[in-house]
Amino acid sequence: MLGISLIGSHIPVLRIDRGIIATNWNRPSLGGERSVANNDEDSITMAVEASRNCLRDTGPQDIDGLFFATTTAPYKEKMNAALIATAADLKREISTADFAHSLRAGTGALKAALDAVNSGSLARCLVSAADCRIGYPRSDQEQAFGDGAAAVVVSRENVVALFEGSHSISNDMIDVWRNPEDTFVKTWEARFVLGEGYANHMTEVISGILKKYGLEPKAVSRVIIPSPDMRSYKNVAKRLGFDLDSQVEDPMISTVGYCGTAQPILMLVNALEKASPGELILLAAYADGADALLFRVTDEIKKASHHRKINAYLNEKIMLPSYARFLSYKGLVETLPGEPFRLFPSATVTWRDRNSIIRAHGSRCRQCGSLAFPVQRVCFNCNAKDDFDEEPIANLEGEVFTFTLDNLAGRSDDPVVIQTVAEFGKDKARFYGMMTDCEPSEVKVGMAVGLTFRRIYEGAGMHNYFWKCRPLRNGRSE
Amino acid sequence: MGSIKDRVAIVGMGCTRFGELWNKGMEDLAVEAAYEAYDDAGISKENIEACWYSQVMAPVIGVSGTVAADSLKLGNIPIIRNENWCTSGHIALIEACLAVASGAYDIVMALGVEKLKDTGFPGLGTGRGMHPVYEARRTSPGSFGLIAQRYFKTYGLDDRQGREVLARIEVKNHDNGSLCPKAHFRNKITVEKVLNAPIIAYPLGLFDCCGNSDGAACAIVTSAERAKEFRSDPIYLKGFGVATDSVMPHFRPGFSWTSFDSLVTSSHKAYEMAGIRNPREELDVAEVHDCFSITELLIYEDFDLSPRGKAKEDVESGFFTREGKLPVNIDGGLKCFGHPIGASGLRMTYEIYKQLQGKAELPERQVKNPRLGLAHTFGGPPQISAVAIFGNEKG
Repeated sequence: MLGISLIGSHIPVLRIDRGIIATNWNRPSLGGERSVANNDEDSITMAVEASRNCLRDTGPQDIDGLFFATTTAPYKEKMNAALIATAADLKREISTADFAHSLRAGTGALKAALDAVNSGSLARCLVSAADCRIGYPRSDQEQAFGDGAAAVVVSRENVVALFEGSHSISNDMIDVWRNPEDTFVKTWEARFVLGEGYANHMTEVISGILKKYGLEPKAVSRVIIPSPDMRSYKNVAKRLGFDLDSQVEDPMISTVGYCGTAQPILMLVNALEKASPGELILLAAYADGADALLFRVTDEIKKASHHRKINAYLNEKIMLPSYARFLSYKGLVETLPGEPFRLFPSATVTWRDRNSIIRAHGSRCRQCGSLAFPVQRVCFNCNAKDDFDEEPIANLEGEVFTFTLDNLAGRSDDPVVIQTVAEFGKDKARFYGMMTDCEPSEVKVGMAVGLTFRRIYEGAGMHNYFWKCRPLRNGRSE
Repeated sequence: MGSIKDRVAIVGMGCTRFGELWNKGMEDLAVEAAYEAYDDAGISKENIEACWYSQVMAPVIGVSGTVAADSLKLGNIPIIRNENWCTSGHIALIEACLAVASGAYDIVMALGVEKLKDTGFPGLGTGRGMHPVYEARRTSPGSFGLIAQRYFKTYGLDDRQGREVLARIEVKNHDNGSLCPKAHFRNKITVEKVLNAPIIAYPLGLFDCCGNSDGAACAIVTSAERAKEFRSDPIYLKGFGVATDSVMPHFRPGFSWTSFDSLVTSSHKAYEMAGIRNPREELDVAEVHDCFSITELLIYEDFDLSPRGKAKEDVESGFFTREGKLPVNIDGGLKCFGHPIGASGLRMTYEIYKQLQGKAELPERQVKNPRLGLAHTFGGPPQISAVAIFGNEKG
């Protein structure tokens, strides 16, 4: 048995109605809404959240590989997967790799994971893909793109989607690209991009895999054709003889948008969250050629999985009120910073304290049993010295103990910093930090919160990540 | 712990006007405070044997006592810089008193100077403490907003009720400040004005927060035996207490956020040394650390000036007003002087010193026949507290 055993995703809580973008440019709206990474999210944090979500039922201890795919890596040089692995609290003895530079990096990472587990090189490989690409202002891409992440675990045990085979085509053409200095995604003429590029290669790879495994289109229960817009996938599906209503998966453009490298994996997770045993799933991905993979859903899919489902993400959202905020959250408009930081980030501090800062480990005293965060060498409670075990707090649920809505430290497009003191878990470990994904007016003492990994500030030429509280509006499992 | 009650005395003090002193640098402030203190004590700089210098903001690695040395030409004597956040001025003064009590020196100076208005931004900036991640977004108003929110919750005050109690404290402080010529802000305010002002760190609004100012203050300390050589009305140190809490309160399990151990401990140590059993009855005047309105409220309770959870009643009855039983922050406090961090402890001491001598500038702000006065600062995340109690008679 080789296939996918665990699934998870992360869709930012912020959305913008495409009508707001369209009205601003006096253009028609593509319809629906798109996700927007919060101003403390990037591809690393989204991949961390998707990975944690994916591992919710099993924990991180058995994972021995992490492959991260993106075209929007926060670090151009430095392994992003190493940071994601640390924040996801994976063990040190693992293989990590970044897959990048193409929207096929997601399926590329998935295929590499399947090969690695099939060969016996890895036992359980986490594949996490995330993207937050930026379209030119006024372009169709600006409306169509979304930000998001998805993750799956490839293994030989507890497989919910059995890997049945794959087919790939490589093709060099300049249709969608970014040069090293580019902020925005460049494209050639749309008819070339969508016709010769997208439609022809999607058609070729899907008909190729069907032929390779002797399948008729009607044998496929769910066909996943990620789409750069609202309708291009329909033309491909029709051309191949798939029934749009009964076989073709929703490309999630109207609710989330086109999340680049993450989109094929996100759609696969979405399909598996609805799938029944015995179904045949065909996953395709296009960019510089195309990939197609076949999965057979197993009985394992019937076992309850407590990861947070895509539906829960779709149902919890905060609408961005203006195009200006969209531009500033995308980093395209510079904002007035809040009061300056008096403490400069330090690579050595982050490295030395990584178990607390990045892994969110606290210390449980071996003498009195109390749990404190961050790790304390001398126990707060009984003063025992250096006698503790590290314990993760990232997945604990908590309650706000006190908070303040601070107007001094925030940036001008997001002026209120919600400073929060919360108590986590039955041990009531104290956490002090910021609250995110939240309207200031909804914060109350006693409100339920979880922890989420976020980028907290830039300084000393590097990104600085830490944990924040986020509201658990509908409980954890929802 | 031993006692130095009645062993040292302040025989001269100086204090600059506090405010946005764009045309004065740290050196100007040091000169003005020190020379007023020299004149007050009837001495000159040659008499100073050592200086305890308080300054918090430091642009580079270490600044030592160079500002005092350079501006005052205090050549070749020990100048010991003290940095303990908001309590720096008080701790410099206490250290100076201890040095005299030890017998090592006869006449020393405690000098606090802070120039905040050269930074280019209105607050103190973001981040306190030592850690670039855990402390990254902390501001002073935010730290105290956390306390106010929890105090309201603990004592069942809704936001309006809680904010109104805090507003009354600031109305009192502005009323006091309006009579004080050296204060930064001298306007009277109303509860409505406080409640309608912009929010800084909810539930704290503009008038719940003290200002940022420039200022300096200075004390000349000598032994109690020699004090009357300098003046007929020296002010004696009766007791002191300093406490730096051992933990970052933000992460401490079980921490209440409505009471701080360092406040309780430092005040009790000072009362014990001064022989005070019932501070609510025995103290005649107090300057406490009203960096924010909630801080003053918390201090009433942690200092046993009000029963636990009952400070609201004392605020509403006017117990701490100028006409009340125990006037608190009778010069307008940090609220009206602003808080040039390293100078504030000595500025508060200056007010107590003048009150105990009966020398407040205007008769309407002079406490009637005071014997004992308390000055206090509280700082950090917050976790450090310093209290000094003074009297105008020995014994």
